[in-house]
Amino acid sequence: MTSATPALRLEGIVKTFPGVRALDGVSFSVLPGEVHALMGENGAGKSTLMKVLGGIYQPDEGKIIVSEQPVVMTSPLQAKSKGIVFIHQELSLAEELTVAENIYLGELPRKSFGRVDWPKLHEQTNRILETLKVGFDARTRVGDLSIANQQMVEIARALTVEAKAVIFDEPTASLTDAEKVVLFDVIDNLKAEGVGIIYISHRMEEIFRMTDRISVLRDGQYRGTLNTAETSEDEITQLMIGRKLDLSRNAVHHELGDVALEVRGLSCGKLFRDISFEVRKGEVVGFYGLVGAGRTEIAETLFGLREPSSGTILLNGEETVFHSPADAIAKGISLVPEDRKAQGLVLGMNCRDNMTLPQVDDLKAGPFVAEGAEIAIFDQYRDRLDIRTPGWKQLAGNLSGGNQQKIVIGKWLSMHPSVLIVDEPTRGIDVGSKSEIHNLIRDLASQGYAIIVISSEMPEVLHVSDRIVAMYSGEIIRTFTSEEVTEDNLIQAISGIRPEKAA
Amino acid sequence: MSDISSKAASHPGSSKDKSMKPFSLTGVGGFLAKQGILVAFAVFIIGFTIANQRFLDPDNIMGVVRSSAILGVMALGVTFVVISGNLDLSVGSMMSFATIVVLDLHDKLGPALAIPSMYAMVLCLGAFIGFLVGYLKLNSLIVTLGMLSAIHGLTLTYSGGKNMDIADKEGTWFSVFGQSTLLGIPVPILLFALVASVLGIVLAKTPFGRKVYAVGGNGTAATFSGIRRARVVFTCYLLSAFCVGTAGLIQASRSLGSQNTVGQGLELEVLAAVILGGASLLGGSGTIFKTVIGVLILGFIQNGLLLVGLQFYVQYVVTWIIIILAVWLDIAAKRGKLWSPFA
Amino acid sequence: MEPGTLSTFLKRGAIWGFIVVELLFFSIAGEFLSLSDKAFMDMDNMLLLFKQSAPIGIIAIGMTIIMINGNIDLSVGATFALSAVVLLDSMTWPVFAGLGDGVIPIAWGLALLTGIVLGALNGLIVWKTGVDAFIVTLGSMLGYRGLVFMYNGEQPTSHLNWTLVDFAEAHFLGLHTATWFLIAVTAVVWFVMNRTIHGRNAYAIGDNRTAAINAGIRVGPHMMINFMIIGFLASLSAVVFYSESGSVNPNDGELYELWVITAVVLGGTKLTGGAGSVLSTLGGVIAIQLLRKGLGHIGADTETVNLVIGLILIAVLFLDRQLNLKGKQELRI
Repeated sequence: MTSATPALRLEGIVKTFPGVRALDGVSFSVLPGEVHALMGENGAGKSTLMKVLGGIYQPDEGKIIVSEQPVVMTSPLQAKSKGIVFIHQELSLAEELTVAENIYLGELPRKSFGRVDWPKLHEQTNRILETLKVGFDARTRVGDLSIANQQMVEIARALTVEAKAVIFDEPTASLTDAEKVVLFDVIDNLKAEGVGIIYISHRMEEIFRMTDRISVLRDGQYRGTLNTAETSEDEITQLMIGRKLDLSRNAVHHELGDVALEVRGLSCGKLFRDISFEVRKGEVVGFYGLVGAGRTEIAETLFGLREPSSGTILLNGEETVFHSPADAIAKGISLVPEDRKAQGLVLGMNCRDNMTLPQVDDLKAGPFVAEGAEIAIFDQYRDRLDIRTPGWKQLAGNLSGGNQQKIVIGKWLSMHPSVLIVDEPTRGIDVGSKSEIHNLIRDLASQGYAIIVISSEMPEVLHVSDRIVAMYSGEIIRTFTSEEVTEDNLIQAISGIRPEKAA
Repeated sequence: MSDISSKAASHPGSSKDKSMKPFSLTGVGGFLAKQGILVAFAVFIIGFTIANQRFLDPDNIMGVVRSSAILGVMALGVTFVVISGNLDLSVGSMMSFATIVVLDLHDKLGPALAIPSMYAMVLCLGAFIGFLVGYLKLNSLIVTLGMLSAIHGLTLTYSGGKNMDIADKEGTWFSVFGQSTLLGIPVPILLFALVASVLGIVLAKTPFGRKVYAVGGNGTAATFSGIRRARVVFTCYLLSAFCVGTAGLIQASRSLGSQNTVGQGLELEVLAAVILGGASLLGGSGTIFKTVIGVLILGFIQNGLLLVGLQFYVQYVVTWIIIILAVWLDIAAKRGKLWSPFA
Repeated sequence: MEPGTLSTFLKRGAIWGFIVVELLFFSIAGEFLSLSDKAFMDMDNMLLLFKQSAPIGIIAIGMTIIMINGNIDLSVGATFALSAVVLLDSMTWPVFAGLGDGVIPIAWGLALLTGIVLGALNGLIVWKTGVDAFIVTLGSMLGYRGLVFMYNGEQPTSHLNWTLVDFAEAHFLGLHTATWFLIAVTAVVWFVMNRTIHGRNAYAIGDNRTAAINAGIRVGPHMMINFMIIGFLASLSAVVFYSESGSVNPNDGELYELWVITAVVLGGTKLTGGAGSVLSTLGGVIAIQLLRKGLGHIGADTETVNLVIGLILIAVLFLDRQLNLKGKQELRI
């Protein structure tokens, strides 16, 4: 790093909301040509800070300084005009419009009578696309592009202005490995051009690969900046959560019961093929693989959401077909889905009603819902899972991610399922709650539940699973016991490399 | 009242705002939203009472409720449909159909058979819509728009384009539903109150009611919780059809003769009443009680304006202003700002 | 949009295919069933069809923009009626008594201004309050209708100006005046939506409102302009229609919003906004009018028209869904 003037400097940014001091004197600076990671638990103030930088919130105190010029921004557009550009986590593209129209959204070149200057638009766009070396052209409809290419369009948008600082918010969340490589190339190019980059991610591996320095937020406060080359995961984690996190390998061994679920040769169109595995009572089987490897689809099939094209499912030794989620639930399968907000909870409903939703037909007093019984169930699982909420009347949407996830888990535990499937148990949950959920899963296994955990996070899979099923492109490559698994052979397996036949 | 920024919420990024409050109203905004409609109701009643003493006369009140009964009964069914996250624009033309059919069959089969036959036919229509929206998952706005037209055509074909009249208007007991009183209370009011009570309890207290809120609040999560969403939506449309049949029965019984366009345009007035009562077009919120209040507000405005000497159509303008103010203030309370965030 | 993938081409072309099927069906069925000797695809018959399509068609073109923009307008029928009242009534105002036929442009101007103002009011409310357009225009549908009644009670408003009638019944290059208006409106609006910044921004807003706002597109004014355009077109439709008929009932235009939306949806415009085409809407309008005439031609009761159109609308929705699902692995949700 040189001691050049920072591309972007924050000085004592304070932002309060009624009752909350969301940002409490945050100061750090991003140098030109630097990739600067911003880390912190959910709720640490990252997203508030980003909204301040993006012109959506105005800070109560403090200064934002771009190239030594203090700036005041009251809209995203203004932020962009000052050279601060966002690559959003959730893509903000208009799918029906062309690549060119999206890149110059809000700034289409104008001819007389308010007409769009198409030739100029396409020429400008293609010039930018060339620098990105992408395989599509200005006139392509954005809806026809892959997610990765759509992200490229977002990035191209950043290149339309002379960006001083580009902010990437979880950019790799939906990318394949090959696509990540392209993204990292782009970031390197930006870096070479002297643009300051703020990189927000939870993935340590990327942080260490991509960034030069790391700034950490906790509880709205700036906790320090580390040089990536001189720090370690432990140090960062400690700074983020104020203590050391235990993510050791699962080493608990206990008696396993009978086979609860057995799957033989299950296939579903192009999604997955010839899947066979079994789960015993008291066992946690982890499914690990890349996004799109077919893990979630298997869970959905077991939950009656998809119709398998062939294969058999045996539940407690009996061959079974699941026609619908209602059917699967009745037979003893439960699914904690991947997307908590979209699939797991009715956010506008209170906690109690969410928790008893699957069994509302059974909790009856005469023709009515037995609210007393419902409250009893809620109280029982609130205590058992340590759900922190003021009371059952609280709307599910008002809880934190961790507590929401516990409501969903409680919903299924109260049904006493034979098999509990948990898809991405800790996605979007802060580090502290993560380990609570992990312990909970282990705990449930020791109580005799048969559990399937699907996860994209290797430490999580290693931590909670008794056995690990590695999937690649719709097929099971290998099943590991917790003794034989290593990070290396797991990564090889999910990349499609089969173990030597001879070995 | 509730959040009605439905288009905005269908876009990525804003979908998280879909946290409404079907069961418990918490916070100041929620409290205001819950009470606002009652306050408005009280203000109207006081205002009209000052303007004209006859307004609070029991006879007058009875008259208002009685004339609101048809709209009201239909609004009860539509409340279920709206809470489940759908729309029903076909209730107006279905009401015409019910009225024409029951009048026609009255002379052909006698009233005792005509009434169940009419209900059966209307329920078939409701089942058809419920099948399309629930099981085939077609967009309810377009389906019921199509059914509005189709049922209108059906009615015209059935009646041959002519008005329908009962031959012997004096000698039939069929008029009890629209014209009689019981214990001094007009039967239409009793029917309205009966259907409202039953459906109110069904919605608030039974597992089915809970499932309606869940399906409207987040249909995917409801499915993931083992709720048979299609069946719930289907049942809501059956309930709506049942209410429409009852409204048609009251209408036919009251007039004993009818044009085949008697219900035309009612679908939007019904929807106005439901929205005024505070149901969200996004689904997941609203109650039967609030819908009844919405219906009564519309009825009392109309009556109050007539009593102070204004024409019926002034009511249209007043209703317009009230609907927009009510929904506006509601979402303003939620977002904490009076004006929209649009630049 | 300049380019188009095959699938979008097929989708856009679908409505024209449907029209061809209708033409063939009614021509052939007409041979066997027709009560008259005239062929269905008679030139005069087709020209009349275009003319009769105009009143709904002009409004439908406006509704297309509104729906592409992600809104809806239920008040067009009432705007149509109020503009008609203003048009016919203003020609009898004593102030303009001395003008002779010079009153015509003034009356037209006033009627069109009425539409623009009513549209602007809708747009302003949607913009400033943030209340969904469905509710705003549901309210103003009642409110504007109330204004129509307040204007002249329950009486019809009548005034025949023979110069106007001649103008409305005139032909130019074989096409009726109303047809020319429909063509002109389609052409102009097509240009606006495909070639101007306002049009492209309207697409962007309907497609992804959040993205549009973040990109600094001023969502409110664009929506308001579109409401003013549909208000203008609703009154233009009234001007074209009532110049000839000369008498308006306070209930005129009722249910127009539903017919118009039906035509737009048949034309393939997405309800959620962001996609749709003015030309396809024109196809939708013609398809409905063809159906109306065709059923009459083969001797079906006029009453069945509503039934058939309603069912076709549902069938189109069903087919569209099936085509979109094809080849996709679907979740049983």
